[in-house]
Amino acid sequence: MGIRTVVAASAVLALATSTAACSSSASSSASAGKVSLSYGVWDATQVPAMQKIIAAFEAQNPTITVTIQQTPWADYWTKLQAAASGGSAPDVFWMNGPNFQLYAANHVLRPLTDLHPDTSVYPPALAQLYQYKGVQYGLPKDFDTVGLWYNKAIFDAAGVAYPTTAWTWADFQAAAKKLTDPAKGVYGVGANLEGQENYYDTIYQAGGYVISPDGKKSGYADPAGIAGLKFWTDLVAAKESPSLKQMTDTAPLNLFESGKLAMYWGGSWDAKAFAANDSTKTAVDVTALPAGVKKATVIHGLANVVFTHTSHPAQAEKFAAFLGSQAAAQIEADTGTVIPAYNGTQQSWVKAYPQYHLQSFLDQLPDAVPYPISKDTAAWNTLETNVLTKAWDGSEPIDKAAGDLATQMNAALAKEGP
Amino acid sequence: MSAAGARARRTETAWAAFFLAPTAIGLGVFYLWPVLQTFYYSFTTWGPFGGHTFSGLTNYRALFHDPDLRSAFANTLWYCLLGLAGVPIALVLAAVLARPGRRGVGVYRALLFLPVVTMPVAVAIVWRWLYAGDYGLINTLLGKIGIHGPYWISDQHTALIAVAAVGLWSSVGYTMVILMAGLESIPRQYYEAAQIDGAGPVRQFFALTLPLLSPSLFFVTVLSVIGTLQTFDLVYVLIGQTNPALPQTRSVVYLFYQDAFVDNNRGYAAAIAFLLLLVTVALTGFQFRLQKRWVHYA
Repeated sequence: MGIRTVVAASAVLALATSTAACSSSASSSASAGKVSLSYGVWDATQVPAMQKIIAAFEAQNPTITVTIQQTPWADYWTKLQAAASGGSAPDVFWMNGPNFQLYAANHVLRPLTDLHPDTSVYPPALAQLYQYKGVQYGLPKDFDTVGLWYNKAIFDAAGVAYPTTAWTWADFQAAAKKLTDPAKGVYGVGANLEGQENYYDTIYQAGGYVISPDGKKSGYADPAGIAGLKFWTDLVAAKESPSLKQMTDTAPLNLFESGKLAMYWGGSWDAKAFAANDSTKTAVDVTALPAGVKKATVIHGLANVVFTHTSHPAQAEKFAAFLGSQAAAQIEADTGTVIPAYNGTQQSWVKAYPQYHLQSFLDQLPDAVPYPISKDTAAWNTLETNVLTKAWDGSEPIDKAAGDLATQMNAALAKEGP
Repeated sequence: MSAAGARARRTETAWAAFFLAPTAIGLGVFYLWPVLQTFYYSFTTWGPFGGHTFSGLTNYRALFHDPDLRSAFANTLWYCLLGLAGVPIALVLAAVLARPGRRGVGVYRALLFLPVVTMPVAVAIVWRWLYAGDYGLINTLLGKIGIHGPYWISDQHTALIAVAAVGLWSSVGYTMVILMAGLESIPRQYYEAAQIDGAGPVRQFFALTLPLLSPSLFFVTVLSVIGTLQTFDLVYVLIGQTNPALPQTRSVVYLFYQDAFVDNNRGYAAAIAFLLLLVTVALTGFQFRLQKRWVHYA
């Protein structure tokens, strides 16, 4: 027992993939230059759509086959970093904003200069997110914003009017109080210890920032930063949200899906799973996030990138270009998987689930704030979880935790260098 | 010695070497070489995607100022102590189930041994569900008798015990089987003689069973200590990475995993691994010294 089990399992995996790679290259030299590529993704709900895109690509390129390597989100970056260090990362894989600069700066990603990509077809903020020192390393795949999902049945039962785009924090807090029913185990909202879906949004709504625009300073200790965090710790303290312990046992997403949460701050990516689940298929809907000092929602998007040490660079780039094309975006939109990054295809996504007001996610774009990142985002993401845990479970006042976090985060940012 | 005898001796040695070679090569490549490599890496600092520079004692100096390491060692020693509680439990079970002829003994033996051959991750996933605070089986049953159970694996006070209990549950069958074999190897005649001399069951246990079983007991305690020092998968799956009780349950190997594979601090992780090796050797050495006082080899 022990870590040896895990190490042994990964060794077997590595061996299996390396022999698979050998056999494929051996057969490729034998059978008229057939090339097989691997494609690394994390989201299982998107795999069917990715399969459809691959089928369309393979139809156009009969000499190339693509296989998906899906790794759950919790292990994706750990595995990818180890694989990239050992030279065996997938040929093409998903990249996100927080990790992009680390990978680009360490020459793990292949510059897409040979493709001469036309980035004007994507929202400018997303195309820029995947540029490092003026070079494009990734083609935007999709984008997401956060919205206020709510369970209509719980609202009806409590006699509370459905949330609207005009809601303020006060409206939200009042509703959360009325919707909470301890006898039934129903809570107003789940205050997940989660940046993108929860406290990043409220910090920007309070007029603060997570990281200063020049990427050198933490905004957690500012009054607006503290107000954004307090929004959530107050809900936990008032028992209008499950406690951190409860949410560790059962994730707020699952509580919402099983009708135990009246409201859930979730992403546009949740639409597909909610529509597939009988208890949320028609029972829930979505609107814009409530406004604090101002309106704000975090926008983020993924990109497809090519591994530097791929053994088939030309084919991998061809596949990456196809993933960034209008045809691929249209498949993502029609299957309702995510909001595609390719301009003009987004309306098809909205129409994929007419029972939800998915337009809310697009209507929030003018107020959208880019997802906060720096060169080594993972370093201070770990600090956020470690320090904020104490404020969430009530063992430390929020201003002390916020102050500690800001100090530690500033030290981490200083280590990044210019 | 005649020349022929010496030649025969040499041939014999050559054959022995030949038959031992596969094992020796395996040990060298998969155990000895990694140990030496780890020792070397513990003096280096790594970049995020490989590539290391020699940095002398930096990692070891950092070890002594790391509060996480101290708490991880404290937690791991708790796992060790609680794990040792499995030995007397296994002894009782072995004593009950070693008697042939009782009805259903085979079924009970199989049931107790089942967790040993089950994948630890599967064990942890099932226990995660049993332990769940609001909807778990344990708290539902406790609720029937009016007790409101805690959130077992996310409460700082209960999480370590909860993890150790699962570890104990999944290893007790293994210990039991070894002790059962030990019990069965004690000749019946000794007990008959003791009975004739007028010794009751309690006297028989302390004067016969315990001393004659002591080599087996020594073996399982050494194994249990080494095994619990390597606690990892139960913490990884039962507790998870964002659990508020993680600092109270994190084992040394978990900390090693975090540094090596999550934070990509491989040099420092190597130093942790090496320190754990030293502690394991020291504790095992201590047990071997101690055995002279209580282990009887018949």
